[in-house]
Amino acid sequence: MRWLKKVGWRHAVGLLAIVFSLGPILFVISAALNPLGTLSSSRLMPTGVSLDNFTKLLRDTNFGQWFLNSVIIAGTASGVAVFVSALAAYVFSRRRFRGRRTGLLSLLLIQMFPQFLAVVAIFLMFGAITDYWPAIGFNTWWGLVLLYLGGALGVGTWLMKGFFDTVPRELDESATVDGAGHAQVFFRILLPLVAPVLAVTGLLAFISTINEFIFANIFLTDSSAKTLSVGLWGLVAAEQRNTNFGMFCAGTLLTAIPTVLVFQLLQRYIVEGLTAGAVKG
Amino acid sequence: MAARLVKITLLGLVVAIAIWAAFPLAENHAWIGLGILVATTAGLLYLYLTRRHIPAKYLAPGTLLLVAFQVFPVLYTASTAFTNYGDGHRGSEEEAVVAIQTASVTQVPGSVQYALSIATTGDPATGPLVFLITDPATKTTKAGDAKGLKKLDPADVTVGVTGKVTAADGYTVLTAGQASLRSKEITALAVPVDGGAIRSSGLSRAYEGKAGRLYDKGCDCIRDTTTGKVWKADRRTGSFVAADGERLAQGWKVGVGFANFTRVVTDPDISGPFLRTLVWNFVFAIGSTGGTFLLGMFVAVALHSQRVRGRNLYRVLLVLPYAMPAFAMLLVWRDMFNKDFGLINNFFGIGVDWLGQPMTARIAVLLVQLWLGYPYMFLVTTGALQAIPGELSEASRIDGAGPWQSFRRIVLPLLMVALTPLLISSFAFNFNNFNAIYLTTEGGPFQPDNPANGATDLLITYTYRLAFGGSGAQYGYAAAISIFIFLIVGTISAIAFRRTRAQEEVYA
Repeated sequence: MRWLKKVGWRHAVGLLAIVFSLGPILFVISAALNPLGTLSSSRLMPTGVSLDNFTKLLRDTNFGQWFLNSVIIAGTASGVAVFVSALAAYVFSRRRFRGRRTGLLSLLLIQMFPQFLAVVAIFLMFGAITDYWPAIGFNTWWGLVLLYLGGALGVGTWLMKGFFDTVPRELDESATVDGAGHAQVFFRILLPLVAPVLAVTGLLAFISTINEFIFANIFLTDSSAKTLSVGLWGLVAAEQRNTNFGMFCAGTLLTAIPTVLVFQLLQRYIVEGLTAGAVKG
Repeated sequence: MAARLVKITLLGLVVAIAIWAAFPLAENHAWIGLGILVATTAGLLYLYLTRRHIPAKYLAPGTLLLVAFQVFPVLYTASTAFTNYGDGHRGSEEEAVVAIQTASVTQVPGSVQYALSIATTGDPATGPLVFLITDPATKTTKAGDAKGLKKLDPADVTVGVTGKVTAADGYTVLTAGQASLRSKEITALAVPVDGGAIRSSGLSRAYEGKAGRLYDKGCDCIRDTTTGKVWKADRRTGSFVAADGERLAQGWKVGVGFANFTRVVTDPDISGPFLRTLVWNFVFAIGSTGGTFLLGMFVAVALHSQRVRGRNLYRVLLVLPYAMPAFAMLLVWRDMFNKDFGLINNFFGIGVDWLGQPMTARIAVLLVQLWLGYPYMFLVTTGALQAIPGELSEASRIDGAGPWQSFRRIVLPLLMVALTPLLISSFAFNFNNFNAIYLTTEGGPFQPDNPANGATDLLITYTYRLAFGGSGAQYGYAAAISIFIFLIVGTISAIAFRRTRAQEEVYA
């Protein structure tokens, strides 16, 4: 009885939460393995095991190409974004200069403007860019990457600044006394120390970029240029919703595997990274 | 030494990119663009070669990207909020006049007939269409598109025996099969010429028709040549209006001041739905943030005990929804709520039209948000709980506090300090959570009398429909609402940030 009161309820809560969390995922797995491959024939528990949906997905659609596009676009965008915001976070944390406070606040405020409502302006702008420099225009990796980089500073500057703040200043001060310049302090001393938070911000940026739909949908119209979100969305659009559901779920699982793996590996750092800046003191 | 080498290489790269970018600008005489490019490059070179301005060296890369791809489009959008920019009000008055005249073209007796070939400058299936026409009298060939007519150099053109152009430098002539696939576009294309336009009749002949409606400079109006009806230019609304109030579809872009903003309050057709959407938008943002936070925190607190075995396993399984691709899971949830084939109705053996009724649709999207979002809250709460020293609750227990009291008085306040900034940004994110609505209900269900505004619409999906929906784009009005959204979210976040202790620490 005592065990029930002290520990048992905790397990009950945990188990219920797991049922809630895993229910829809189990459904996706069953639907992906469902030999009929339709929505109406999909059940919570697998009704059969067949890899038809996977082979159909890889054979009949450009899934491999979409996957590659997504990984390259999201990888480049999040990598550059992390570096750029680490640079900014460094000076916001370590230097006192005019406009620092304003800079930090306006960074916060600009993020509040729903960026994609500027989509008309962006569309016109990239129309002109496509005319002048087709290499970075519509239907190219670079165009979309550049657009995502517009929000690069917002991605992790605040988060990383919090983390930089937790690294004792004495470290860089002593390095400065030993004759290190500001660049050396940043690249040689601080960057290695904050590596976990770099990995975490990178991962979070990667996840949100790979999920981005609106801009990718407008930018990439050639089937070979599409990303996963645009391509998979097309699979279950309108009338094909019922018939392609199994293929769609197969695609969802293949998309999830890499993120889930990296996510589980970095989980400890994610918790630290998200809260460290806020909890100190 | 190595550092200097890297620096020189990077600066060289900047210059190389600038030179690459400069050529197309110079070719097209885009002097303003070229000026900005030169100034930016010079500024960057100065910044990284001088020893001063250290903070600027670190801020420049991100700021440049921010200004080019975020601030500039946002300011441009904001400026359109004060215009009537949208379908029917896109270009200048001259462009509107050309469009009106071209649209009113009819074939009259004595119209000049041309031999026509359909060509394109791009891909035969999708490239922009061009009419290649041969004048029967003079045998000269011309190329025409929606912008106007251009004479072709006879040396570049091959004309067949029927008088049709069979090949021309710089153009791909479409075969009959390719052309018939695009017959709709070909019928719609009108090449403006003085007093009329050239249109196709069939795929191999074109005629020069007379405009039925002509612009008269003297009265600044459009006159119909057969009926004599007159539409006067109204510079306030940017359209041509007749005495009986009839308005021509083609207008032009004018500044309208604050009309787009006041329209939200004064137009009863808009203010009612707008207010309802605003209220639901708050319910959704607070419900999503609060719901995920409460559930996430509850589970985190429940599992935060040394005596619970297998905590790591729980954790690994619980956070799986957060690692799944959200866009795909939103679509899966949409289909799980499907009335006819959905899992939820199947599983419970019921036939509820979840996404078809306002109340159930709202509950459904909130439930989806809860599923997607609570693992994140669970993760961060767990992290924050671990950072709170165990001695604190121990001390409170010795002082006679029960478990609930010690949670309420000690743990919760400490948690809130750590998590408030995350809650605020989660609120701001959910306030504009476009995907959550667009990929599940698309804003629906809609009332039959108001197809522009659905029961689960957020301001942002509503605005998106205004700007890009089927019933004609209203960019100006959509931009005005974007500014409203920005003001609401910005104000709330600013106030909330000011009130948290985190703010003081950040500036310390």
